[in-house]
Amino acid sequence: MKTAIIDYGSGNLHSAQKAFERAAQDHTLAADIKVTADPDEVRAADRIVLPGVGAFADCKRGLDAVPGMIEAMTEAVKTRGRPFLGICVGMQLLADRGLEHETSTGLGWIGGDVVEIKPKDPELKIPHMGWNTLNLIRNHALLADIPETLHAYFVHSYHLRVRDAADLVATTDYGDAVTAFVARDTIAGTQFHPEKSQKLGLALIANFLRWRP
Amino acid sequence: MLKVRVIPCLDVKDGRVVKGVQFVDLIDAGDPVQSAMAYDAAGADELCFLDITASHENRGTLMDVVRRTAEACFMPLTVGGGVRTIEDIRNLLLAGADKVSIMTAAVFDRDFVNRAAEKFGNQCIVVAIDAKKVSQDGEADRWEIFTHGGRKPTGIDAIDYARDVTARGAGELLLTSMDRDGTKVGYDLALTRAIADAVSVPVIASGGVGTLQHMVEGIRDGHASAVLAASIFHFGHHTIREAKTALQTAGLPVRMD
Repeated sequence: MKTAIIDYGSGNLHSAQKAFERAAQDHTLAADIKVTADPDEVRAADRIVLPGVGAFADCKRGLDAVPGMIEAMTEAVKTRGRPFLGICVGMQLLADRGLEHETSTGLGWIGGDVVEIKPKDPELKIPHMGWNTLNLIRNHALLADIPETLHAYFVHSYHLRVRDAADLVATTDYGDAVTAFVARDTIAGTQFHPEKSQKLGLALIANFLRWRP
Repeated sequence: MLKVRVIPCLDVKDGRVVKGVQFVDLIDAGDPVQSAMAYDAAGADELCFLDITASHENRGTLMDVVRRTAEACFMPLTVGGGVRTIEDIRNLLLAGADKVSIMTAAVFDRDFVNRAAEKFGNQCIVVAIDAKKVSQDGEADRWEIFTHGGRKPTGIDAIDYARDVTARGAGELLLTSMDRDGTKVGYDLALTRAIADAVSVPVIASGGVGTLQHMVEGIRDGHASAVLAASIFHFGHHTIREAKTALQTAGLPVRMD
């Protein structure tokens, strides 16, 4: 079972890889976790992870800059239905558009725009940084057996506002409901960082490695 | 609801923890990775390494520490100390740091904050502010930025500086009162509140923690989003859990996962 973590010059791939290896080990799942910038490896992978740290436009440019990568991801996920997990900006890239600093085009796999979080309460700091709980809107395999009392680690100033409410799986409360988890078909995305979310994070990663949508 | 964060900070020199760390079940108290794992298991919300290695040649040991910590601890890690170039930041992030704290380099070249934030995103750029009260009794409170461990004044007003580096892209401020650092008499709450109220980003209070009540005050009265402490945890005076219980008892939201 090959899991490809896509290397496109964004994010802390080393710790993401280690978290996936730990989750597999803790849950005795046979998993071959590989960080790769090779579209052929992504095409051949059983599961695909797109991490991302930084600004939307920068990350999109980074992804565009890897020849054939978006085509390989699209073929594996959209055509062949491989399970896909986007993390933080990697999740935001699923949207139609990102509106951070400049307007840029996303993958368009989950309809909607990535917009600034604007809490009504001026006391609330931006970035939304730290540990917060998830409010489940519907069940999802990746959140199976994860108690709602557990916390996830967030660090972001923008979030994905979905067009189709059915794509929204969980929110987190930060003044208003902020998008925390989206999913559609074999595609899932977390605004928080499972690789930095201790118990909740490792449980979610294990669920992803087991997921057979 | 977003929880307030409790952040233990480890001073690391040439790859080893200095100031000592005492844990009941810790095999090697001088190994930062062992300490990090103990704090991870204890429920720390984040971890901070401050590198005080004097020579640049020994920086490699820090990278190794960061790498090994990121392999074992699945929680956010901030690393600071001697960060001067974009390359320094890149190396720390690649090794496994989630946030990098910049101090002196930001004071002397503020554009460095812009460049760092543009390159890596605001969320991973922490600006560390060492401030000292310069107003006399009877005057309105005024704090200045100091460098070199609080020895060198810069003439820069701390509140103006905090606003400026935030506008330039700092995603968080790590605020240390040089008057209080090491005193155990509590954070400089007036300073913490003045900075926290002046900026839109989270502020981490640091410098002066001696009791758990000081942490409560840092959040409640200082308006900080997180509290950082070193010796109170390292010497086994209090556990992370005790700190969180104190915060919770005071009605502040904490994570007890």
